[in-house]
Amino acid sequence: MAHHPVEIKPGMHLETATFEGKNKVMGFWMFLGAETVLFACLFGTYLALRNQTVNGPSGAELFDPVLVAVATAILLFSSLTSVFAMMAMNKLDKKGMLFWLGVTVLLGLSFLVLEIYEFVHYIHEGHTFMSSAFGSSFYALVGTHGAHVTFGIIWISTIMYQAWKWGINTETAPKLFVSSLYWHFIDVVWVFIFTLVYLLGMVG
Amino acid sequence: MGTLLIMIVFGLFFAAIFTGGYNNTLIQRARKTTAWDWLTSVDHKKIGVMYFMAGIFYFVVGGLEALFMRYQLLVPGNDAFVGRTFNELLTMHGTTMIFFAAMPLIFGLINVVMPLQIGARDVAFPFLNSLGFWLFFFGALLTNMGWIFGGAPDAGWTSYVQLALNEYSPGPGVDYYVLGLQIAGAGTTMSGINFLVTILNMRTKGMSLLRMPMFTWTSLITSVLIIFAMPPLTIALLLLMMDRLFGANFFDHVMGGSAVLWEHLFWIFGHPEVYIVVLPAFGIMSDIFSTFSKKKLFGYNSMVFATSLIGFLGFMVWVHHMFTVGLGPVSNSIFAIATMLIAIPTGIKVFNWLFTMWGGELTFPVAMKWAIGFIPTFVIGGMTGIMLAAPPADFQYQDSYFVVAHFHYVLIGGTVFALLAGAYYWWPKMFGKMLSERLGNWHFWLFFIGFHLTFFPQHFLGLFGMPRRVFTYEPNVGLEYINQVSTFGAILMGIGTIIFAWNMIQSFRSKKIAAADPWDGRSLEWATETPVPFYNFAQLPEVRGVDAFWLEKQAGNKQMTPAEPLGKIHMPSGSHIPFLMSIALFVGGWGLIARSWQIGVMGLLAFGVTMFMRSFDRDHGFYVKPKELLDKEAKS
Ligand code: HEM
Ligand SMILES: [Cu+2]
Repeated sequence: MAHHPVEIKPGMHLETATFEGKNKVMGFWMFLGAETVLFACLFGTYLALRNQTVNGPSGAELFDPVLVAVATAILLFSSLTSVFAMMAMNKLDKKGMLFWLGVTVLLGLSFLVLEIYEFVHYIHEGHTFMSSAFGSSFYALVGTHGAHVTFGIIWISTIMYQAWKWGINTETAPKLFVSSLYWHFIDVVWVFIFTLVYLLGMVG
Repeated sequence: MGTLLIMIVFGLFFAAIFTGGYNNTLIQRARKTTAWDWLTSVDHKKIGVMYFMAGIFYFVVGGLEALFMRYQLLVPGNDAFVGRTFNELLTMHGTTMIFFAAMPLIFGLINVVMPLQIGARDVAFPFLNSLGFWLFFFGALLTNMGWIFGGAPDAGWTSYVQLALNEYSPGPGVDYYVLGLQIAGAGTTMSGINFLVTILNMRTKGMSLLRMPMFTWTSLITSVLIIFAMPPLTIALLLLMMDRLFGANFFDHVMGGSAVLWEHLFWIFGHPEVYIVVLPAFGIMSDIFSTFSKKKLFGYNSMVFATSLIGFLGFMVWVHHMFTVGLGPVSNSIFAIATMLIAIPTGIKVFNWLFTMWGGELTFPVAMKWAIGFIPTFVIGGMTGIMLAAPPADFQYQDSYFVVAHFHYVLIGGTVFALLAGAYYWWPKMFGKMLSERLGNWHFWLFFIGFHLTFFPQHFLGLFGMPRRVFTYEPNVGLEYINQVSTFGAILMGIGTIIFAWNMIQSFRSKKIAAADPWDGRSLEWATETPVPFYNFAQLPEVRGVDAFWLEKQAGNKQMTPAEPLGKIHMPSGSHIPFLMSIALFVGGWGLIARSWQIGVMGLLAFGVTMFMRSFDRDHGFYVKPKELLDKEAKS
């Protein structure tokens, strides 16, 4: 348990420079493993129930390819900006990092706005959480993803504040790093939602 | 609105107390108490002891529930606990024993022993460790609140839908199950991650993976199983909560929902869960066999391999709980074969244990008696498992007492025997005292004989057609006598447990400190002092092979060779935030159960606040000087 102060140089992997940092990063990977199973179960549930529309509208009638494509592009792009943020972090460029994280958060927020708009629209069409098993499983899956995005936005904003106040060091770097891992993870989940929910749904 | 106001007032009140704004001297005084010390401890040994004691408590609670059921079944047509009450008893018995007794007892032992075995000063995430415990504690408490407020869960530990939906289970009973287990389950997942990272990252110098004691190995595989098996339960409980509380339709077939979906989700969790509780048991037994045979564990590598294989196959067999659902012959056959395959690695283990004893220098303290009693008992349970794994036969056994007999042979004969063995074996390291061997012998023989009297006859009850989970049976169909034997056996187990309780009390009261290495042990936990200092090792030891401590003793050394110079030690500081976090979820969960959305939301918000508290908590621990260093400094 070496607790010697670490000398901070640009280009080093600050997130795993300390023992705590190493533990944190590894533990977070395990957590993402658990999250993967969690979403797999939600996907399974959705795939099992997606045709049980009970007189309500089906996916093919509801889904709007343009809206979803825009949302997908936004989220994918936000993954890229969070990569830029991590590169800036490795260069110890605090300003650049905060800028790119800010862009990431804004993109995340616009994704959320689109999603809320989409949900409101569906509810007007009679596709609600309670309307059928299809409705329940759709909102459970997409909603859980949306909840993850929301949590990610709050989390990253909090850590941005900490990095702004405390600087980029062995305390903040692991936090910044794992939160960006998390952000990539919810992005990957969205890719699956895009294919298995929307594309598959539009095919019928 | 009224509730909201009251909650806000209470919230402010507590906030004032906890931030010290209300009465600072009160806070200062509270911080000095023992209770505060335990409440905020992040020491893995203390957390382990709390897990262990909570597990014992729920073991007794679950045992009482079982005795009530056996009393009801003593004679046909008995009316002591009928209908709903009986359903509550059987549901809470199963739920309590699996989630609130077996799991915390295992986590207790892992917590105390595993870090010592790998030569670490603490776990990877001490804060999460404490949080995991408190979440378990309040989850268990919440589940049991149903006994007092509105009725306990009564849809079976498996909570099959439709039965568990509002229509057939009105009232809050099943809600307690859903929310209580959700909270406790979150704690379990965290602990799984924590143990895994600890074992992978925190081993001392020379402790390569293939030098770890078997108990640590099984803890590692169990942790992997926890990480992948808990999420399906999380989702299952989430969906059931949505159906019951928020009008969703996952399981309501009228609205297109599917009852089989629940069974899949539950058993994708449920089968790995039985291996989560039995693998550490295998590990405990392995350590005990080799210690009391004075031999290296026979086939160490094959043991590691078998454990991993069991862990892997454990995820491939869940449909054997669903043979009678009608998934079709192909699926039933595939899962039957996968199920039977597990017998192979399990067989490897049994032979390895036998060969470990073969030619060994055997001694038989109580811990070893449990271990030896475990082998035939567990093998019987495995055999009935194979019988159940044949789908055509299972159509006959399904939902009969035969199944009850099977899983008690593996769960008690495997997990519980091992936990009791582990208790006798590691007691000196956990509590610094010994348990009495004399009382221990009484405990063992009463419990062992009582166990077989209780459950062996239940195979025949099942074969004669007695269904499980039904509160009575017909007279004159040949079931009375067998049921009476079974109840008599249960009483013997109860007496055995009382003797165990007495044994524990005696040891707590005794002043005699145990020897550091009372069993002539082989692994690193025996190289520590008793009582174990809170930093475990003044200097981390260097490991040179399997059975590290034994090797040193063979080489004529009294102690391990240190891997680092004597110096200051960094330790994490305690924290009261885990406790607050868990209380917040407890309150929120209870709010949802009471269908009071304000309290539910406030609980969740409070949880969010505690997360910020944690994120902004910049305490990086402290340094201590071990006793050895102080002595040295005093000399010079
Ligand atoms: C060779 C190993 C095993 C095999 C082949 C096996 C097979 C089975 C099968 C086929 C069933 C379903 C019976 C039915 O409901 O009709 C079953 C039930 C059960 N088994 Fe096993 N089993 C094995 C080992 C274990 C172990 C090691 C444990 C726990 C430590 C265990 C715990 C249970 C439990 C709790 C149930 C009943 C669950 C319930 O319906 O409430 N089994 N087993
Ligand atoms: Cu099973």
